[in-house]
This record gives sequence, C-alpha cells and structure tokens, in this order.
Amino acid sequence: MIALVANPTRAVYAALVATLAIGWVLVAFDGGTFTLNDMVGIQQRSAALGIVAVGQTLAILAGSLDLSVAYLISLVSLVAAETMAGQPSNILTAVVAALGVSALVGLVNGIVITKLKVHAFIATLGVALVIRGVLDHLYDGPAGRVPVEFQQLGYARIGPIPVAALLWAAVAVAVWFLLRRTRLGNRIYAVGGDVEVARLSGVRTDRVVIAAHVLCSLCAGVAGLLLASRLGAGAPTVGTDGGYDLESIAAVVLGGTALAGGRGGVAGTVGGVLLLAVLDSVFNQLEVNSFFKDVVRGVVIVVAVAVYARRTGRRAS
Amino acid sequence: MEDTGRKQPSAPEVIIRMTGIGKSFLGVRVLRGIDLSAHAGEVHAVVGENGAGKSTLMKILAGVHQPDEGVIEIGGETRSFAHPVQAQRAGVAIIYQEFNLLPERSVADNVFLGREPTRRGLVDRAAMEAATARLLDELDEHSFGPRDMVKDLSVAQQQVVEIVKALSVDARIVVMDEPTAALAEHEVELLYRLIRRLQSRGIAVLYISHRLREVFDLADRVTVLKDGTHVGTVQASEVTTAALVKMMVGRELDAYFPPRAGEQAVGEPRLTLRNAGNGKLDGIDLELRAGEIVGVAGLQGSGRSSLVKAIFGAEPFTRGEVTPVRPGNVREGIAAGIGLVTEDRKAEGLVLNQSVRDNALLVVRAVGSRSRAAVADLLERVRLTPPRQDTEVKYLSGGNQQKVVLAKWLTLAPKVLLFDEPTRGVDVGAKAAIHDLMRELADGGTAILMISSELPELIGMSDRIVVLRDGRIAGHLPAGATEEAVMALAAADGAAA
Repeated sequence: MIALVANPTRAVYAALVATLAIGWVLVAFDGGTFTLNDMVGIQQRSAALGIVAVGQTLAILAGSLDLSVAYLISLVSLVAAETMAGQPSNILTAVVAALGVSALVGLVNGIVITKLKVHAFIATLGVALVIRGVLDHLYDGPAGRVPVEFQQLGYARIGPIPVAALLWAAVAVAVWFLLRRTRLGNRIYAVGGDVEVARLSGVRTDRVVIAAHVLCSLCAGVAGLLLASRLGAGAPTVGTDGGYDLESIAAVVLGGTALAGGRGGVAGTVGGVLLLAVLDSVFNQLEVNSFFKDVVRGVVIVVAVAVYARRTGRRAS
Repeated sequence: MEDTGRKQPSAPEVIIRMTGIGKSFLGVRVLRGIDLSAHAGEVHAVVGENGAGKSTLMKILAGVHQPDEGVIEIGGETRSFAHPVQAQRAGVAIIYQEFNLLPERSVADNVFLGREPTRRGLVDRAAMEAATARLLDELDEHSFGPRDMVKDLSVAQQQVVEIVKALSVDARIVVMDEPTAALAEHEVELLYRLIRRLQSRGIAVLYISHRLREVFDLADRVTVLKDGTHVGTVQASEVTTAALVKMMVGRELDAYFPPRAGEQAVGEPRLTLRNAGNGKLDGIDLELRAGEIVGVAGLQGSGRSSLVKAIFGAEPFTRGEVTPVRPGNVREGIAAGIGLVTEDRKAEGLVLNQSVRDNALLVVRAVGSRSRAAVADLLERVRLTPPRQDTEVKYLSGGNQQKVVLAKWLTLAPKVLLFDEPTRGVDVGAKAAIHDLMRELADGGTAILMISSELPELIGMSDRIVVLRDGRIAGHLPAGATEEAVMALAAADGAAA
C-alpha cells in the first residue's frame, strides 16, 4: 500500500481498479450489470476530456496552466463546422483551419506568459475571456454543419473500440513519446522543475513554455473537432458546458502531476481521466443524485492531492 | 598585483585572466580594478568577507552580470559573455552554493540538460547514461549511478553531479562557491580528492571560500578581495593565516567576541530537559540558565537543528521531561517565551516582501498595538542601519535581515532564545553587532542556546559547549575549549578529519 502511494501514477491506477471493482459490486447489488458496453461508453465519454487533459499535462509540467481550453474548444467546433458547411470535400480544409486557430491561441497564450511575463492563470483567463467575447458576439447557438463522413470520428467503432477512444490513445501515446524521448520533452520537465536551472543550462525557457502551450491548445483543438463531429455542428457552449478547463486540470492533478510543474506525466493523467469517468458511470448506473456526484468527485480530487502532498512532505523532511 | 605564476619553471598555460574588472549596480560601485588569473591545473582561492565582491566577480565570469570595465581573456582570447550559456561554451563551469540541479530528474538528465545527445532526432538516453557513467567512474564515484534521481542523493553526491556536469562540457575553468558549506567533515575529504583530480586534468579551479583552513589545504595562490577592491594575490605557501585574515578584514583575528558571562551572572534555570527525545533525538539532558550562552556543536545531521526545533515546539519532543513547559507546537513555544532564530532566515524567519516594521511585529499578533516609536526603539536596540521601517526586508543585507529577525523576537521579551547559525551569510561588521546583541540579551537574563558550524564563533561566544552526535549528547565542554576537543567529540573518538 505504501509502495502504491509512493508513486502517484501507480496510486491512481490502483484507485481506478478499486473503483471499478467496488463499482461493479455496487451495481450488481443494485440489480444492474456492468457490461462491456458500459466500458466502451466510458471511453467514448472520456475521450474529449482525455485529449484536453493530455494537452493540459504539457502546460502544467512546464510550470504553466491553461484556462482557455474550454472556450477554445467551442471556437474550434464552430470554425470546423462552419468551414465544412456539410461538404465532405471541405473536411481537410476545416481540420487545418481548426488546428491553425488552436495553434495560434496557444502561441498567444505562450507569448503573453513568457514575453509579457503575465502569470499563466491570468494570461490564459484573459485569452479565454477574449474568445468568449468573440463567440458571444458572433453566435447565439449552434452553427455550421458537419458532414456525415466526419461524424464517423465521433461515432464509428473499429470492432468494439470507438474511433474517439483510439484518437485519445494516439494523442496520449504521441505526447508520452514526446515527453520521454525528445529534447522538448526533457526541457518541459526542466523548465517546470526549475526555470533558473534550465536557463543556466542553456535551455531557451521561453520557447519551451510557448511550445507547451501550442501543443496544449492543439490538443484542445483536436477535442473541439471530436465534439463537433459528435454534435454534427459547432456550438458556442460545447467547451464550457463540458467544464473542460477546470476538469482537465483536475484530471492532471489527480493523475499525480505536480501543479507547480516538473513532475508527473501522461500515464497518470490518463488514469485520472479514467478514474473520473468510471466514478461517473458508476453513479449513473446507481442513479445517484448528480449533486452528490459532484461532491464525491471533489472529495476524491482533494484527497488524492493531499495523499501525494504527504508523500512529498515525507521525502523532504 | 598581477603575477602569472612565473615561479613554475614550465610556465603553464594561463587559462583565464581577468584584468581591471569593475562593476556598479544602480550607481553603487561593487567592484573596482580586480585582476585575477589562473593557469592549467592551478587551484586559485578567492577569499574575502561577505560583501567583498566575490560572488559578483564570479557572476561576471559566469556571464550572469556584464562588467562595466575590464577584460576577460580565456585561453588568450578576449571574451565577453552576454548570457551564462556563452560562458559555459567558453569552458567556464560554475558550481554554485545552491546547486543547479533538478531534483525530480535523473543524474544523466541533469548532466546533459540543455545538451541532450540525439539519435535520429530522439534523445539518446543510452549515450547520456553511458557518458555519465564513464565520468562517474573517472571520479571513482560508485555510490550512485546515472539513472538515480537527484532528489535521492546526498548533498555531497549532488556536488559530484555538478562536477560531472562541468566535466561533460569540457570545462577548462571550474568555479566553486563555498563548496564545503553544506558538507559534513568526512565529505570535505572526498571533495578535496575530486578537486585534485580536476587539477590533474589541467583544469583551473577558482575556489571561493572563507574557510581559511581549506584555502591552505588546497590552493596554490590566494587572491584577497575587500570591499570590492583587490587587496592582493599571494602564494599560499608564503603566507600565514593571521596575515591572510589581516588582509581580509584589515585587523587581527582576536577581539572578535564580547566578554563571557561571569560566574555570578548566571542565574536560575529557564529550561530543563530530562531524558528528552523524539524521532531524531534521544536522551537529551540539558539545562539552560538565565544569563548564559550555551553553544551546540555537532556535524551536519547530528541533530543540532532538531534540538532547537524540538525546544521551540516546531518538531516537539515526544518523550522525557521538559520544564517548565514542553511546547507541543510553535504557538505554545512562543507563548512560553521561547524564540528561534532559524538557520534559513529567508525561508523561515522573515516575510521577504513585507516591510521591516511588519516583520518586526510578526510575533506580536495585534498589529497597531505598537507605535512607530516602539518599533524605532526596537530597531535601535538591534542597531539596524539605517533604521528605516518601511523598506521591504528583501532589499536588506544579510546582516540587517538577521537584525530584523532579532527585533522580531525582542518584542516577545524572550526567556529562552535559540539561535541556529546566527551569523551565516552575515558580513563581519554585522557579525560583531549580532554577537554583542546576543551577549547583551544574555546579560539581560535571557537563556541562549546557539548552534554554529563555525567553531571559532562557537568557542568564542559560548559559556559552555554541548556536543551532539547521532541525536545524543556526546559530551560537555567548558568555555574556551579547543577546536580539536570539540571535533573529537563530534566525530566520535578522535576520528575527526
């Protein structure tokens, strides 16, 4: 047990397995069953959050964070759906436009944080408000139309596995690889761990933070595309309704990544997202009051971080 | 002043030569006309009081600051560094007191940070680890490997990582800033060995320290700085400690410390420990009496800091008898009239971005209950110069910061005041002022317990000395005990280095 807690990534997976087991028993007692379909549903629902959270992991590891992802997701869904306008031939253009917008927002976030030296919290909150203003001004409700072909992304399955889940897995593996095997990955850890140490070692720290933000926003863009394909249209509230900003940060932290940066990784984040999703499904099956659901999620996140803090505290002393 | 080691018959290559370096900050001149050179395989010590300009000079060499005047030549070429990385590329490696390492990353990651070798665009971990292992091997360091996390290493091991980092960039000049400050006695010996290895590889080592014993152990030449000027450069073999000290402070070594308490001055017991202990301490018997300064000696890790923290209530005793009170937490400690001047005043003693006044009133909860005049009195008592109440503490010198910490505790009229390294990072002038204040407090009836790693200070100040070893009291020594006697007790049966 101590060994489990000593490593947050392992801890979160242990919690995941435990929650699944307990959930299965509870649901069984309740007279229901927890089927393969439910498991698939979990993956499908968590894919969008998962992709955002993987991106958020990069920002947080670099010692930053991104509060603009939710509005960016809405914006991307609209850009994509309007560009597609129901025409399959426009899909490629739309995806490029959507990712271009995302990268641009990430670039702005990164530049405001590094060059104007605005704290990430305020910088990305400011960018979020700007995007919200634009959205509120231009849109009252859903707009654009996603062709059926593109909707496959949200609904199709390969065998039992939804394409959306595969997309999530692909993003997660790509980012994991980036963190483990590339210079950028190494430097994201370094900058998040100690900016001064990184700087004195010749790391161009600003570029690293900007790159982390561009990648984070690109992930949010991918999530926006996924949500547009599910809705069949773009919607100005799809990102905020999902609470992707705070939820993604919660998932990252739940996965054992230090909010101060420099410690953690994608594996933990994936576990964190799955844990939140499994809790959700269990409560859905049990038809628990949704307010109570929020209470439990809140408690889980706080307890998890408290446990990790105890661990690091003991190390330090 | 300039000499180029012409004593050596082979006339070794001069690797670094700094000439006429000057630097001002905000109109204040901190360095003027500094000359410094070092040749291959030389250890050149740079000594001087705090504030003499050692660290500024080092930071100029490191490319952190740019000099206003003067020339830096490396390998005969004039260089100027706009950024630390340029200095690094020119072969200058700096090992700061605060290590520049990432605790959450592996040794190899740290060594190659910013210069990760790649293969087909991907970080080549195998190559990084192999190269790190080879360097560790060359240094005869087998207690840890390239994959170990830095946070799991001891301070001495982390220092080795820094040295490996310097070797891996093929540094020709290694600057070490107070490298032994955080080392235990036996680790210093290992550091010496490492430095000699650097020497034998033809690296020039600039060794910044104020521990003269080390300077004499290691250095070929010594350069003395004082108040930002170059006092002189001498051959270590041709100078005595006393002469060096005179160059550094402009006066002889003694007359440093205020007179000790007389027999009659020592009064009633303020605090008595009987067989007290906790996770880190055991069987502590100790009596602190009014008017007395008790020194605590011991190696790093012997439980010195744990002892004061336990008395204060920050890491309370869990067993034994403590009279009159055994504080279970800091609030109880303060309520009982116990104050602690911590080892790390920046992190634990002061709120750096608040004013002198706010900091002085930190312990007195009711802010506003004390007038400006009362604070002015306090600041005068601790001899803060200038006694400005509204300056943010972070702008003060180390000595003045420490005086503010003292002012903070004076508001409590402490019965017992604990000092953990009271003059660390404090210049000589302020040091004397703090020593005087400590004695004054003792004369006023406060019982004082003082930890110091600087044995001359400990011996000079204390009315008696308690030596700790492995969390237990290893022995008691009277006033004026010798350094050797203290070390013998601290390091067990004369096994001291």
